[in-house]
Amino acid sequence: MDRRKFIKAGLFTSSAIALGNYSNLYPFLSSSLSSDYDLVAIKGGEPEAMFDKAIASLGGMKKFVKKNQKVVIKPNIGWDVKPELAANTNPKLVAQIIKHCFDAGAKDVYVFDHTCDNWNRCYANSGIERAVKDAGGKIVSGDSESYYQQVDVKKGKRLNSSKVHELILDSDVFINVPILKHHSSGRLTIGMKNLMGVVWDRGYWHRNDLHQCIADFATFKKPDLNIVDAYWVMKKNGPRGVSQDDVITLKSQIISTDIVAADAAAAKMFGMEIADIPYINYADEMKVGVKDLSKLNINRIIL
Amino acid sequence: MNVTVLKKIRVAVSLLFFLFTLSLFLDYRNILPPSIYSSVLFLQFIPSFVKFTSIIGISAVGFVAVLLLTLFSGRVYCSSICPLGTFQDVISFISRKLKKKKKKREFLRYDKEKKWWRYSFLVLAVIPFLGGTIFFINLLDPYSSFGKISSHLFRPLLIVANNSVAYLFEKMNMYVVYPFEFKGVEIYSFLFAFAIFMLVVYLSFTKGRLYCNTVCPVGTLLGLVSKYSFVKITVDEKSCKSCGICARVCKSNCIDTKMKTVDFDRCVACFNCIDVCPTDGMKFEYGFLSSSKKNQQNLDETEINEKDEKVSDSKRNFLFNTLVYAIGLSGISLGQIKITPKKESKVAVFRKNPVTPPGSQSRNNFTEHCTSCHLCLSVCPTQVLQPAYIEYGLLGMLQPRMDYQTGFCNFECKLCGDVCPTNAISPISLEEKKLKQLGKAKFVKDNCIVNTENTDCGACSEHCPTKAVNMVPYKNKLVIPEVKEEFCIGCGACEFACPTKPYKAIYVEGNPKHLTAKLNKEKKIEQKVDYKEEFPF
Repeated sequence: MDRRKFIKAGLFTSSAIALGNYSNLYPFLSSSLSSDYDLVAIKGGEPEAMFDKAIASLGGMKKFVKKNQKVVIKPNIGWDVKPELAANTNPKLVAQIIKHCFDAGAKDVYVFDHTCDNWNRCYANSGIERAVKDAGGKIVSGDSESYYQQVDVKKGKRLNSSKVHELILDSDVFINVPILKHHSSGRLTIGMKNLMGVVWDRGYWHRNDLHQCIADFATFKKPDLNIVDAYWVMKKNGPRGVSQDDVITLKSQIISTDIVAADAAAAKMFGMEIADIPYINYADEMKVGVKDLSKLNINRIIL
Repeated sequence: MNVTVLKKIRVAVSLLFFLFTLSLFLDYRNILPPSIYSSVLFLQFIPSFVKFTSIIGISAVGFVAVLLLTLFSGRVYCSSICPLGTFQDVISFISRKLKKKKKKREFLRYDKEKKWWRYSFLVLAVIPFLGGTIFFINLLDPYSSFGKISSHLFRPLLIVANNSVAYLFEKMNMYVVYPFEFKGVEIYSFLFAFAIFMLVVYLSFTKGRLYCNTVCPVGTLLGLVSKYSFVKITVDEKSCKSCGICARVCKSNCIDTKMKTVDFDRCVACFNCIDVCPTDGMKFEYGFLSSSKKNQQNLDETEINEKDEKVSDSKRNFLFNTLVYAIGLSGISLGQIKITPKKESKVAVFRKNPVTPPGSQSRNNFTEHCTSCHLCLSVCPTQVLQPAYIEYGLLGMLQPRMDYQTGFCNFECKLCGDVCPTNAISPISLEEKKLKQLGKAKFVKDNCIVNTENTDCGACSEHCPTKAVNMVPYKNKLVIPEVKEEFCIGCGACEFACPTKPYKAIYVEGNPKHLTAKLNKEKKIEQKVDYKEEFPF
């Protein structure tokens, strides 16, 4: 082995070790170190502008969506109410994410939710159906059991199997776009709770320790990206809300690949203690992600 | 005027009414605007009459228009407006096509009037209605029967077709057609619809409009009126050669070519006879009391000898019909999705009062005015409306009720009231609907997951649109539901969402008379947001 080869090999090995360590922590960063943020928190702007800034600081949508990939976006479209009531994800944000996906070369972008109220009405009144169609995405029903496939949740403590929407199982990229809001039984609904809308039988979760089931399901499927909409935030009477009086305009957004971190940061922003939200703690214990925000590299942007 | 054009007009008008009415029942995707429902159904005789008994106004005078129309030119309602009538014509048409080669000549011929049957059914519909029960009208009203056939036979078929197409598309990774999550048909309403369907198909396949002139009370009533019609179909004795061609196309079997009479009482004004007559022997002209008298004599002469096998056919069918209905009574009910619970809920829950749809005002008002056409069932986007079994008592069978096992009433929806043709469910504004208290939620703590399993649940409170069901602190940092009845509108979202099996931990007890809930007006959340403030992490 000559010197040049030795140096090459040495460099290769050391960088592999270095990158390897990083990639364990932040798998999406394995190709680049230019933006090594675990989480981006941004506030003070419109949903689209905040998203543009925040995703750029993570290295852009190209990092998550490759050419010709099939993307599924799961906003919260649970309720038959208008956007200002903040029960559903902001349609402007959903539209902007779709645009970024297509700019990154996505082949198809699908959007669905297994709604609580009648789905046609939820899709229409939330403004999301219109926003998705205008942005070139495809809005899909989550209302038919035939779309849901049985899967095992191997690491689950209480939830061992579940029927999951086939788009979640078949897509190359899964983007979770919850809205941050008060929740009567979950305390708060953010990223992990939003995943209840990709399964068919929610009643099972409610019967079998809701918080544990929420954490259990997060072990099955971690979204590639979590974008927490906190532009309008429902502070009480969640998750459906009673009137506009429940809502404040927080103009914030949180983006992370770590669903637990995103939930923890959003909870703090809401004004709650992480310790008071059982499922975040369960998920942290089960090593789904990191709830301790002091351990994370956070980019804080105030517009 | 060329009278043969009359038949063409009749065919066009009847198809128009038929297709419009049918599409109302088949519109499971709620594409049609609610405003067209009342226009299409304005002239339906019994719904309009029932509506008239509840509100006297311009929107309820359709039946008067039908009576006037009948008084002018006979049973035009039967020929063109009644969807069950046109449905029979469609069956007869098919029948005629099939029989073309063999014995077309034998298909229709003059028959005696089934007087005893006709007036028995008329009395059966009218007398109990005067006494306050609409039950027999519900069984006999042709529009409502057509509604049930459409809702429970045609609609499911369409949904199956839709879902098959959706499945094929899904296999190609296309989601343009979506499957409709159909929650099923109550077995006894299906059986009832099926029985009527079979009876009508059998009679129209073999005998044209025999149903209209035997069973249908509207047909009989309008028949009585048409005796006095201003314009009638009559035989011109001079031109008529008694060739009998007209009798072979007469759906009501009411032309006696030998006697050269038309029993206009049974004539459904289809104008087939005028269309086919080679000698212009059929006239549609002024004939107040003229031919019916003559015909009456004719009938009286032959009535004594009458012993017709068709009567016993009809009787057999009626008995079969009754039997099928009785089977429904014996307790076959909609199969619910079976889920094995972790731990079964213990406290049996039985509703004392069924819940009636918003806009129905009270149980009594609803059950007295609903003819069970099941149009509301067909348009209800959440499928919460299901036919009652014996919740309203035996005489309220098949009248819709709110079934919170199947779905719950969408807070932002009031479609049922918009489409109801009888005003059993009156149209109300959305603001009014959102406070209309159909019933009150009752919490059964001993069935509740939070209490029995010591874990959080709160599905009820999540779904509650008025937060009448709220979560309050319980032991071990848990939260448990609490009901504030004054805010509850009885929409059933809590009951539907409650995951306990087999008994729910929260259910809606119906209000026999609907009340108004209090608006849950809380203070506006006061929080100043400083967009320049640092993040709390």
